[in-house]
Amino acid sequence: MSKVEVKQKATSKWVCGGVNEHQRRTAGHFWQRPITNVAVLALLLACLPLALTSGFHYHLAVLVGINATIAISLNLLMGYAGQVSLGHAGFVALGAYGTAILSSRYGWPVPLALVSSAAGAALIAFVVGRPILRLKGYYLALGTLGLGMIIYLVISNEVWLTGGPDGMPVPVLELFGGRLTGPADWYWLIAVMLLLVFWLSTNLIHAPLGRALRALEGPEAVAGSVGIDVPRSKLLVFTLSAAIAALMGGFLALYAGFISPSLADFLHSIELALMVLVGGLGSVVGSIIGAALITLLPQVLTVVEEYETLVYGLILIGVMMFMPRGLLSSIIDLWRRIKR
Amino acid sequence: MSALEVISLSKEFGGVHAIEDLSFNISPGSVHSIIGPNGAGKTTLLNLITGIYQPTQGEVRLFGDSMAGMPVHARVMAGLGRTFQTPQVCMHMTALENVMLGRHIHLDGRFLPTALRLPRILSGEREARHRAAELMEYVGLADYLNDEPGSMPYGALKRLEVARALACEPKLLLLDEPAAGLGASEKADLTGLIEKLSGAGLTIVLVEHDMKLVMSISQHILVINYGQKLAEGQPTEVRRNPDVVAAYLGSAV
Amino acid sequence: MSEFFQYLITGLTIGSMYGLIGLGIVLVYNASHVVNFAQGDLMMVGGMSAVALLSAGLPLPVALVGGVLVGGLSGLLMFKFTIEPARGAGPLGLVIITLGVGMVLRGAAELAWGQRFYSLPTFSDNETIRIGGVTLVPQSLWVMGIAAVVVILLAYFFSRSLTGKAIVATSLDRDAAILMGINTSRMQLFSFGLAGLLGAVAGVLIAPIAFTYAAAGLMLGLKGFVAAVLGGLGSFRGALVGGLTLGVAESMMAGYGSSDYKDAIAYLLIVVILIFMPRGIFGGMSGERV
Repeated sequence: MSKVEVKQKATSKWVCGGVNEHQRRTAGHFWQRPITNVAVLALLLACLPLALTSGFHYHLAVLVGINATIAISLNLLMGYAGQVSLGHAGFVALGAYGTAILSSRYGWPVPLALVSSAAGAALIAFVVGRPILRLKGYYLALGTLGLGMIIYLVISNEVWLTGGPDGMPVPVLELFGGRLTGPADWYWLIAVMLLLVFWLSTNLIHAPLGRALRALEGPEAVAGSVGIDVPRSKLLVFTLSAAIAALMGGFLALYAGFISPSLADFLHSIELALMVLVGGLGSVVGSIIGAALITLLPQVLTVVEEYETLVYGLILIGVMMFMPRGLLSSIIDLWRRIKR
Repeated sequence: MSALEVISLSKEFGGVHAIEDLSFNISPGSVHSIIGPNGAGKTTLLNLITGIYQPTQGEVRLFGDSMAGMPVHARVMAGLGRTFQTPQVCMHMTALENVMLGRHIHLDGRFLPTALRLPRILSGEREARHRAAELMEYVGLADYLNDEPGSMPYGALKRLEVARALACEPKLLLLDEPAAGLGASEKADLTGLIEKLSGAGLTIVLVEHDMKLVMSISQHILVINYGQKLAEGQPTEVRRNPDVVAAYLGSAV
Repeated sequence: MSEFFQYLITGLTIGSMYGLIGLGIVLVYNASHVVNFAQGDLMMVGGMSAVALLSAGLPLPVALVGGVLVGGLSGLLMFKFTIEPARGAGPLGLVIITLGVGMVLRGAAELAWGQRFYSLPTFSDNETIRIGGVTLVPQSLWVMGIAAVVVILLAYFFSRSLTGKAIVATSLDRDAAILMGINTSRMQLFSFGLAGLLGAVAGVLIAPIAFTYAAAGLMLGLKGFVAAVLGGLGSFRGALVGGLTLGVAESMMAGYGSSDYKDAIAYLLIVVILIFMPRGIFGGMSGERV
């Protein structure tokens, strides 16, 4: 045993060299620090209502906020941990239907139904996650797609519980004794949620845990060779991502007052992936921008609604072909080139 | 106590014995080499030691502890560090971040403290950055701290891997063909680095093709062929062993 | 007992369709390692084009051939304008691009034909054949017969013809194929064209039995995937057997279980197979790549 101890002393000997002064500075400029980003976002969210002049504007802002939060959760999984999901809408729908069913059919208080549904979705993700996350690349895409479709089919077919394809109504959310009815009330609630998830995500990324997750995107062998428990890390981010998506799904249901199985369908999953890809894999700020663009696009396109599928398809192709790192990175690259 | 004990280890792939009833001991300290002709089973042996494969029979012990059934990451926590034949680095991280990755097992990676960004997370990050920078300097990469691995020369990537492995604070370091693909001067630098590490008391196991390098820095050599032990001993003994000469017929031993 | 055979026939018919779509997916995957999410939409393009040509006054056989050719052309264009320029996009990027192509085809079909349901006349007499207690529509025989012929032709093509062998070589080792003087890019173009043809054949075969409509490709394309994955994603025989298995399983589920969950079978199968048998049911057994 004594020999080992000697060796550990030796170990600390060779890691204690002189400190490089240059290194001390690279802890990050203040604008790169997580807390700065959070503060800037908080400020923007607080000021945004100045630009929102109608109830419809608030309505759009709420939708963007919900989608942005979901997109951030999906980006944690796809962008940071490098695990594709083509079934994320399934978790959104689980949260939405869970909240609706528990509160309206079983009389649970709405906030309890909301939190329980998110926890339930997280539990499901935790249970199915381990086997599914063993898959890689295309197979993972297909596996998550299958998972999403199964959720969709259950929701569509269990009419007695979910109302089937006709959908079901959702009760009004009461918080702190007041009823949240108008989009303006909802704006502040969703803004707080977005800020919380944004804060949590940036904290995660700028920490050992986040670095370990990012390592999953690199060569398979690396993570294991530095002692990262790969299956556990994947499962953690999958569960977290599902929990956030389900929670926001619950809020979406409560806000909309009515839900239908299309929440869980394949195209909704694609739409969510599109938000992440347009914003850029691995960019939390990008996800907010991507969610805003994809949410607002149909509003611009309403005049020509029949073009929606075509335009979405073209955007998908265009983004992947011409700006595979997302809109934000592409614009930053362009800006740098112009400055030079 | 042995640093590494391999006890009647066997690995079969569909009836083919890649490793067959192999046993050897590696004592703590100094540089040990595992050599053998192509297809001798070196890679399989390495995968068995690091836990990428589970053996069909037998077991691996690290500093007296059985590694049976232990996954890759758990062996790192037990003190096993490694590098790869072709450098495996995360291209989307800076060189420094790649080395910081090596600090993983010494940092708090739990979810709640991270989510709340407790002070211990911040101080852990500072410490990791500090150590990683020191290690990069130690292996001679002080100029590459914030470079992207994609723009670094091949030899530098190999040293980056060594720095990352050292960041884990291993008790035993496995180097998988560290000299492969390096030029003469880079090889000399590498030899210097290995000797420096060995001099600091680290146990080093080298799996290498370059005979000159192996003969010059190893204190102990294990030769395997067809998944079995062919010879074992000091470089001078191994060099004279007729079986070894036969197995390497044509190559300069 | 006659009930069972009735379900079996129905299952084999629809399974042949899944198999044909799966074949197209495997073909593209082998030649270019792209998983083509637009294969179902290529099928839809074939069926819809045949309908359009027929209503333009062309005789049925001409319309059918025309529909198939439009499908093949779509495959070629898809490769030329999206896949080839985006070679460096990585697996996820390529999946997303093929999803995008599928949406573009679907969107274009919606613009051209709206969201209505169309149908083709059956290829021959529509009189049902009765064997024992089992009734059989002649179109079922067409579907299974043509699927069988296609598979035999494909097998012959890949084992005998120079182009076929070149595609096999490309799929096994792209770099080696380049060194052997094979124009791998041409081979990939060719495989996309062939996949388009195969998809369109499926499209015109199914149109007389089920309806064809702009969004028809989405569900059938996913089923084709399940077929391909069941077969180990890489084996033609596997894709066909996978398709038949899926078709029969769905038909049995609809007959003896709940028809609501007919579609769930495919997704349950895919999740279970991927997790427990990552090489597919048949992929591991046959051991063949192409």
